[in-house]
Amino acid sequence: MSMFKIFDTAASGMTAQTLRLNTVASNMANVDSVSSSIDETYRARQPVFSALLNQFNPDAPAVGVQVRGIVESEAPPSMEYAPDHPQANEEGYIFRPNVNPVEEMANMISASRSYQSNVEVVNTAKQLMVATLRLGE
Amino acid sequence: MSFDKLLGIHAQALQLHAKRAEVLAGNIANADTPGYKARDFDFHEVLRQQVAGESTLTTTHQRHIPLDDGVISPSEMAYRIPTQPSLDGNTVDSQLEHTAFAENALQYQASLRFLGGTIQTLKKAITGQ
Repeated sequence: MSMFKIFDTAASGMTAQTLRLNTVASNMANVDSVSSSIDETYRARQPVFSALLNQFNPDAPAVGVQVRGIVESEAPPSMEYAPDHPQANEEGYIFRPNVNPVEEMANMISASRSYQSNVEVVNTAKQLMVATLRLGE
Repeated sequence: MSFDKLLGIHAQALQLHAKRAEVLAGNIANADTPGYKARDFDFHEVLRQQVAGESTLTTTHQRHIPLDDGVISPSEMAYRIPTQPSLDGNTVDSQLEHTAFAENALQYQASLRFLGGTIQTLKKAITGQ
């Protein structure tokens, strides 16, 4: 029964969106993590999605999602002159992460909407399968 | 008397609707995958071919594996033409996929009803009510 595959496909989408929500949470949590050197500064993380191609059947009609990895943003962290800050370096500078809260919020909303779509797909598929099992009753 | 004839077109339609639901679920799951191209197939055309018993893949060697019923051959799968270009090359239109999925689910249920009705009729005939 091919409908079982819908559960796998939607589940892979849900897993990917959960990971995206996780990275958003991580970025938002670290938005004020100040550090004294540019190398130690937190950098915004983003997951990279790709379609999960079936190696046995590359022409398979339905494909799930896989998370290829998590990349750190290349944007430069912002430098701020704050000599009174306990984390300030010898020159009196602190470094703030390159997290853009507006971007993260938009990302969060998009991820939760996509998650919802996948849940809806699972629910519909479940209803259809239950109805199929009751066929002829 | 074969059961395929008794149940009519809806048994095949049901399988095809399940297949289409799978394809659309794949599109919805990949709504945020960069470069993913949304896919679909022409339901009526594929159903017509399956009812007529036409196979889209011809086997020219005894070791070729013929397609089973209810399987979509790669040549029947098409790509959706996006109405709006996106920066990451993804062509999934969330609204479109959702409505298509809902429509397909409804059609699946309709086919199911027809099959259920036929089965009820057969049952009545068998029990002589």
